[in-house]
Amino acid sequence: MKYVDEFRDGALARNLAHSLAAAVDPARTYSFMEFCGGHTHALARYGVVDLLPASVRMVHGPGCPVCVLPIGRIDLAIGLALERGVILCTYGDVMRVPASGGLSLLRARARGADIRMVYSPADALQLARTHPQRDVVFLAIGFETTTPPSALVLRQAAREGLKNFSVLCCHVLTPSAITHILESPEVAQYGTLALDGFVGPAHVSIVIGSAPYEPFASAWHKPVVISGFEPLDMMQSILMLVRQVNDGRAEVENQFTRAVNREGNRAAQAVMAEVFELRDSFEWRGLGEVAHSALKIRPAFAAFDAEQRYALQYRAVPDHKQCECGAILRGVRQPTDCKLFGTVCTPENPMGSCMVSSEGSCAAHYTYGRWRDIPVVAA
Amino acid sequence: MCLALPARVVELLDADTAIVDLAGVRQQVSIALVPEARVGDYVIVHVGHAIGMLDETEAQATLALFAELARGTA
Repeated sequence: MKYVDEFRDGALARNLAHSLAAAVDPARTYSFMEFCGGHTHALARYGVVDLLPASVRMVHGPGCPVCVLPIGRIDLAIGLALERGVILCTYGDVMRVPASGGLSLLRARARGADIRMVYSPADALQLARTHPQRDVVFLAIGFETTTPPSALVLRQAAREGLKNFSVLCCHVLTPSAITHILESPEVAQYGTLALDGFVGPAHVSIVIGSAPYEPFASAWHKPVVISGFEPLDMMQSILMLVRQVNDGRAEVENQFTRAVNREGNRAAQAVMAEVFELRDSFEWRGLGEVAHSALKIRPAFAAFDAEQRYALQYRAVPDHKQCECGAILRGVRQPTDCKLFGTVCTPENPMGSCMVSSEGSCAAHYTYGRWRDIPVVAA
Repeated sequence: MCLALPARVVELLDADTAIVDLAGVRQQVSIALVPEARVGDYVIVHVGHAIGMLDETEAQATLALFAELARGTA
């Protein structure tokens, strides 16, 4: 068992597609949101969308941490690197996100800023150990999957008493974003979005468990199926959602039982709770300010909090006027509805954040799906 | 961003660190978040940290279910 190849079998996928086609009620349509960018990418990359019945529409959600990181937070990081002379470390995905003044972390590096791509937050900590004369800041982004490793390095830095290491914390929370999608007043501005259920995140749920999704089933009557990231996992999860809708059920079901349970990873939850606490509010690119949707570093670790150490003041910056990322992240528009898509906004030169990460709706569609939009005509 | 890969634990270095085999590539990862991991177990690795364990029995059950669903018997 490799836990990968077995879940990508093409013949089984075709058979699952037949089961799905037989399961859908011909009298209705189905709209499901895959919250997570990993699922958006898998749907596009493996052509899962082409195997779904025409009456099943997948709506891409805001679960791409690079896509929802607002311009103002990247401006803070660029400011630290260009004006304060710190070594700024972050994940590779963040490097090309467009920021203010035509800059990005990559372009700031071309101007001489010391910005380094790391694979793990532990690499940033190691840089601080080996460069005691320099300040090292780790720009920490991501959902609950990525948060525990950040918590571990903060705790380790405190244990070692490192004087030159801090974290610019931009960690966000999955359940609050789903709540926001379901009840935000801005839905009126963007139009209504009728959703019949959610494909729940795979790796986020390893950490938080399946219990946090239960209110979406009980209070909002939306089925949730937590799904693995492989194509067969996704097809099975969509079939489970279709069956819940047909039966009039709204439950949290777990397709990814090989890695997810109801309680989640207790060790990871404990270290997160020790180091982080809830922010009152946090700006999401595309969603705006969302209450209780992100984490900040607890006062006990204030010496390692870049926002406090450098007295950073957050300033919100609006997106490009014609960029539709806001509506796309809410699932009310498609990438092809945007005037910038594939013309001025491409993965090589992204204008909006959905084109930056390979998990963004626009990048996934540009890379794997844009030719599908063009009808095939005989020569 | 939440990309994480299954890997097999091949050696425990200390309480918090292990060597894993990722499709033939050996890599050192932190197991501070999965203190129960033992040699031979499969873990899910994300940004240099094992964040969870994989359950082989459950994985086999899911594969068996795919086969049943695909036959239209489930």
